[in-house]
Amino acid sequence: MLRWISIVVLVIGVAGTAAWGYKEHQEKNAILLQAENTYQRAFHELSYNMDLMHDKIGTAIAMNSRERLSPQLAEIWRLTSDALSNVGQLPLTLLPFNKTEEFLSNIGDFTYRTAVRDLKKDPLTDKELDTLNNLYTQAGEIKDELRQVQYAAMENNLRWMDVQLALATDDEQADNTIIDGFKTVEKKVEGFSEGTVDPTTPGSSSENHQYENVKGKKISQKDAIKYSRQLFNVNGTKDLNVTKTGDGATIPLYSISYSDGNKRAYLDLTQQGGNPITLIVNRPVGEKKISLNEGFVQAEKYIKKHGFENMELLNSSQYDNIGNYTFVYNQNGVRVFSDAIEVKVALDNGEILGLTANNYYMNHHKRDIPKPSIDKEEAKDFVNPNVEIQEEFLAVITNDLGDEVLTYEFLGILGNDTYRIFINAMDGTEEKVEKLNGKEINYAGI
Amino acid sequence: MNSKKFFLLLIICLLVIGLQGTSHPNSVDAFTNQVIQRGAVGNDVIELQARLQYIGYYRGKIDGVFGWGTYWALRNFQNDYGLDIDGLAGLKTRQKLVSVSRFDGKWVHTQIAKGNDFTYYGGTDLNKQVKPKRNTGGRANTTPSKQQPKTPTPNTGNNTANTPQTTPAVNVPQGYSQNDINLMANAVHGESRGEPYEGQVAVAAVILNRVESALFPNTVSGVIFEPRAFTAVADGQIWLTPNEQSKQAVLDAINGWDPTGGAIYYFNPETATSSWIWGRPQIKQIGKHIFCK
Repeated sequence: MLRWISIVVLVIGVAGTAAWGYKEHQEKNAILLQAENTYQRAFHELSYNMDLMHDKIGTAIAMNSRERLSPQLAEIWRLTSDALSNVGQLPLTLLPFNKTEEFLSNIGDFTYRTAVRDLKKDPLTDKELDTLNNLYTQAGEIKDELRQVQYAAMENNLRWMDVQLALATDDEQADNTIIDGFKTVEKKVEGFSEGTVDPTTPGSSSENHQYENVKGKKISQKDAIKYSRQLFNVNGTKDLNVTKTGDGATIPLYSISYSDGNKRAYLDLTQQGGNPITLIVNRPVGEKKISLNEGFVQAEKYIKKHGFENMELLNSSQYDNIGNYTFVYNQNGVRVFSDAIEVKVALDNGEILGLTANNYYMNHHKRDIPKPSIDKEEAKDFVNPNVEIQEEFLAVITNDLGDEVLTYEFLGILGNDTYRIFINAMDGTEEKVEKLNGKEINYAGI
Repeated sequence: MNSKKFFLLLIICLLVIGLQGTSHPNSVDAFTNQVIQRGAVGNDVIELQARLQYIGYYRGKIDGVFGWGTYWALRNFQNDYGLDIDGLAGLKTRQKLVSVSRFDGKWVHTQIAKGNDFTYYGGTDLNKQVKPKRNTGGRANTTPSKQQPKTPTPNTGNNTANTPQTTPAVNVPQGYSQNDINLMANAVHGESRGEPYEGQVAVAAVILNRVESALFPNTVSGVIFEPRAFTAVADGQIWLTPNEQSKQAVLDAINGWDPTGGAIYYFNPETATSSWIWGRPQIKQIGKHIFCK
């Protein structure tokens, strides 16, 4: 009797476990399949994007009127962005695929810059047409490679899940058609001559004068420590931790840090001249005792003390009990937006909790700012007449094409929103318009 | 036994909230003596906005954050009343404002506490300026224990600048939402809890550098959820609740702090398996992570 009961119980148990296991297995497969499908979609879309892009570049070249090209170029630009987003969804991060991504974003930059230009006034040059021809050939090669990988993947039922596994378990023996295919694409792109696309990508102008202003004697590690003790306000017995940057750094730095109970401080100092690039102090901040305005006074005092002259407050914001202040350089009444520093002040006792002067040191240099060739009133005519202008300044900004330009900066209201509008002070081009928000409903609620 | 205790606690919590709800408005109807500047948050800003609205200068929401709308309203007020036009609510400006406008602090704060949609124009019946909250399932009742610490504590003095204040709006960095910040804080917490603070800022900075870089997706969410990019995303640690410190680190990174010097990769040398990552030009090591270009 007892034997039978135990047999029945065991059988039920085994059957139950089997059923449960089968269900789990099925659920796992369903989820794996879903992930796989997401990868597959991104992959197939990518090859389709490349194909279409190739076609569009071809059409653009074939079009006779160089003035009517803008829609075509805009379309190519959109496709590069799609393709890049699809690459981003594939599990390729550990696979060197950056040359291809760079290639795509270069096509994007090139077509963007030409599409936004007024092609009626300023049609494509012969050199740019050559560029387009080159891009056409190269896009064709990439397209062919990708289509080949795609074919192989479908023919052999290859799964991206296996790619992921192969990449995760690592190492050279990973013999996977998809990985090999992508490696081939990457090799192809590497072979494309460097000069196919003009290297003036947006934002690069600031890179041209990288850290021009960082001058002075190279300081020793000892000096760095001495300076930091002063800055952190710690005495000689406390140990500071110092490291130097490696080969990848744009500018050689000393990084100094120390902790003391709840407090931790970190400082990046240029080896040349000993200029503070980044200061981060972390500690619990108590009750707010001073106002945002008093914090601003502290911040201003602090940057003056550290040799930043002619800085003007651009923005201030209170986050809980911390005040954040943005300063920009002011050269004889002209605000230079790229030379910015940020300061963080604890609103419990006014202590400086942070400073970042990286933008300042990277971009700051002697500028010959020209006289505007149109006056303020003329510039206002270029602003949307529905905008109520409230404040106006002269400013130097870096525009979409990466050039530093002198502009009139207008702050104005349209509807309930505030906009910052930059009008080129030479020719009246509307260089940039941004909506200023900076606050939001408190979702955490009351 | 335990559940009894729990209920008792719950009731106490609710009672405390109820008491606060009725008692705190009395204390918030006078400016403190701070100079109020753009970007400030708190009860003084609520009063400033309400008073400016009372005399028709401010048309936005009374939300306790001194944003651009408040700034223009204040400047126009200063212009019309012959004060220095600096956009700062200093002593003179506040005195002038108090003398020409009225402020029913109790009423305003009650509306805010209830989450009502309201305006505060002078010369109109206040009751006609209130619209009840749109979604009625009030949050305040459902999570009493969580809400409690956020409610302003009763204050008998006339100075409320010292107490933590919850306002209907908060400052966010230009172009970001609280949700973006929270998502990044999740990633930073999952990737680098246990790292020194600057190491957390560094991880957040890498995410932002990737958004800027041509080699990565162009959005914060795209970068974070890129397959195989972050281990914390792959193994689900991203869904751990982030602490305040990681949020602070994200905020710092968004506001421009980048201790990595422009890195777009980082790895832990003890666990990194890929030989490729070792070949990247290294910038520096912070905590356990090596940051590279």
